[in-house]
Amino acid sequence: MVNLPAIVKISLRALLVNRMRSALTMLGMIIGVAAVITMMAVGTGAGDRIAAQMASMGSNLLMVFSGAATTGGSRMGAGTMPTLTMRDTEAIRKECPAVEDAAPIVNGTLQVVYGNQNWSTIVIGTTPNMLEIREWPVSEGRPFQWEDVRSATKVCLLGQTLVDNLFLGADPLGQTVRIKNVPFTVIGILKKKGQNPTGQDQDDTIYVPITTGQKRLFGAQLFDMVRIIFVKAKSFDDLDSAETQITELLRQRHHIGPRQDDDFNVRNLTQIMQSAQSAVNTVTTLLSAIASVSLLVGGIGIMNIMLVSVTERTKEIGVRMAVGAKSVDIRFQFLIEALLLSLIGGALGIVLGIAGAQVFASVVGAPVIITLSSILLAFGFSAAVGVFFGYYPAYKASQLDPIEALRYE
Amino acid sequence: MIAVENIRRVYTPGGTPVVALNDVSLNIGTGEFVAVMGPSGSGKSTFMHIIGCLDRPTSGAYRLDGEDVSGFSKDKLAEVRGKKIGFVFQGFNLIPRTTAVENVELPMLYNGFEAKERRRRALEALITVGLEEKADRRPNELSGGQQQRVAIARAIVNDALIMLADEPTGNLDTKTSQEIMELFVRLNREAGKTIIVVTHEPDIASYAKRTVRFRDGNITKDERKW
Repeated sequence: MVNLPAIVKISLRALLVNRMRSALTMLGMIIGVAAVITMMAVGTGAGDRIAAQMASMGSNLLMVFSGAATTGGSRMGAGTMPTLTMRDTEAIRKECPAVEDAAPIVNGTLQVVYGNQNWSTIVIGTTPNMLEIREWPVSEGRPFQWEDVRSATKVCLLGQTLVDNLFLGADPLGQTVRIKNVPFTVIGILKKKGQNPTGQDQDDTIYVPITTGQKRLFGAQLFDMVRIIFVKAKSFDDLDSAETQITELLRQRHHIGPRQDDDFNVRNLTQIMQSAQSAVNTVTTLLSAIASVSLLVGGIGIMNIMLVSVTERTKEIGVRMAVGAKSVDIRFQFLIEALLLSLIGGALGIVLGIAGAQVFASVVGAPVIITLSSILLAFGFSAAVGVFFGYYPAYKASQLDPIEALRYE
Repeated sequence: MIAVENIRRVYTPGGTPVVALNDVSLNIGTGEFVAVMGPSGSGKSTFMHIIGCLDRPTSGAYRLDGEDVSGFSKDKLAEVRGKKIGFVFQGFNLIPRTTAVENVELPMLYNGFEAKERRRRALEALITVGLEEKADRRPNELSGGQQQRVAIARAIVNDALIMLADEPTGNLDTKTSQEIMELFVRLNREAGKTIIVVTHEPDIASYAKRTVRFRDGNITKDERKW
């Protein structure tokens, strides 16, 4: 039986005797593990942020924008010229097989007044199914209904930011807010959603029935017109076909000839997010791979020092063998020494890596996430490095001939 | 105790066989104090290595304490060394930067003793060699004679049957050499230890009760003093 506690003690002492050498050997492991931990934390943080934003947008989304207005040869950008209509929305819903649902939007930045408080916000006129497409439930009160759209009732749903800024803690349900001097009754509050992928506060908004918006808020110019159509595809795999079907349908409905440009714009949000996510993953993997090269270098450093140590202590090995140490005892002694170097180095590297990630977070302002799995991975990796690179020197020590070893000077 | 029959040890460094021991037979009984003498190259060191289970004979039988160990594996020999043999070397061979008492504990480390028991027995052995006050000193803080006493304590701590001393006074001055040899005599007389000392100095050999001489791989003389 190997006397493990005693052997650990011997190994620890050997490391303490050569403090400087042990510290420098560990440094390789410390840097390697710290680099891996930091890289993984930064990568996971970035990936997580993108995933959260994706979730906040709703899944499998396409956005169809109205075309660009052209004034004297200068084109104004997507959505400046309303070319889409309520009927286009209905057509997309009904005629595109890859589409599950579609909802129109008219929007504009307007001032909302309650009592003596006011706040400029994005007013969105839409239909009730929008909340399902965006996966955005009402947290209090009730959403508006198709009936509200048909009769253009003056009701609204408030985003959380608006509740905070206008009502200052009072209960908004049933209260009346004024937009462009039109009174709207608050019937519901939208659940808090946070930032969208471009960093915009999605809760700084107010939802009204689209018809009410068209008639009362955005003027006759926008009657029956919509700026954006939100489309939910049946599944992630249907996104591409949905995009093609919508493009074909709208070109046909808008009578656009084969050589003419579209007067609308389809954007595949989910795919954009997915590619951003996979780009982040690729970069994270790459950086971690580069960082783990330094772990390998650290391991080689351990092996190098252990070989020197075995040679230096040949006589000690001979004495130990003479008094009864079996080859397994000697092998364990040096293996544990290598393992201690790599594990202590690994532990310090984890601490340094966490600190490094925090510094990165506060300097760059990007979120970092340190997962338990990355810590376990780094620790396991350093243990593996210790065993792998420590085995050969330990084996070499255990195979020494006691007579030769005792003669060594 | 030690029964060696027709052992032969041939080395083949680089292909050419070199006969180190040529048909040696010897019996050593319990409680004997034997001096092994001979010029360098006479085979006395090889004989010591085989007796001490550090080496195996090419042919012949070696029975130690009734057990034929000539065919034992390396690890089995290590076990025998740990339990039955105590070594004392010319260069003391203490482990540096390790206290005297820990050096004495060393053989028990590989023998499954509890930490407390190891310490108790190690201190006892240090008392036997008269060095209990230096238990916490490191080898570099001890004189040559004191270091050799620590080594002797290490050799007796396991209640070994045999103590093998290879030129134990080679690095010591005359006065200290006498003290060390007197310690061996005392251990032999009072504790009944079987002691085998390899030396080329007749003065040292004169402490032993029996002298065995080697020359060219053979025993040439085996005489008892008293």
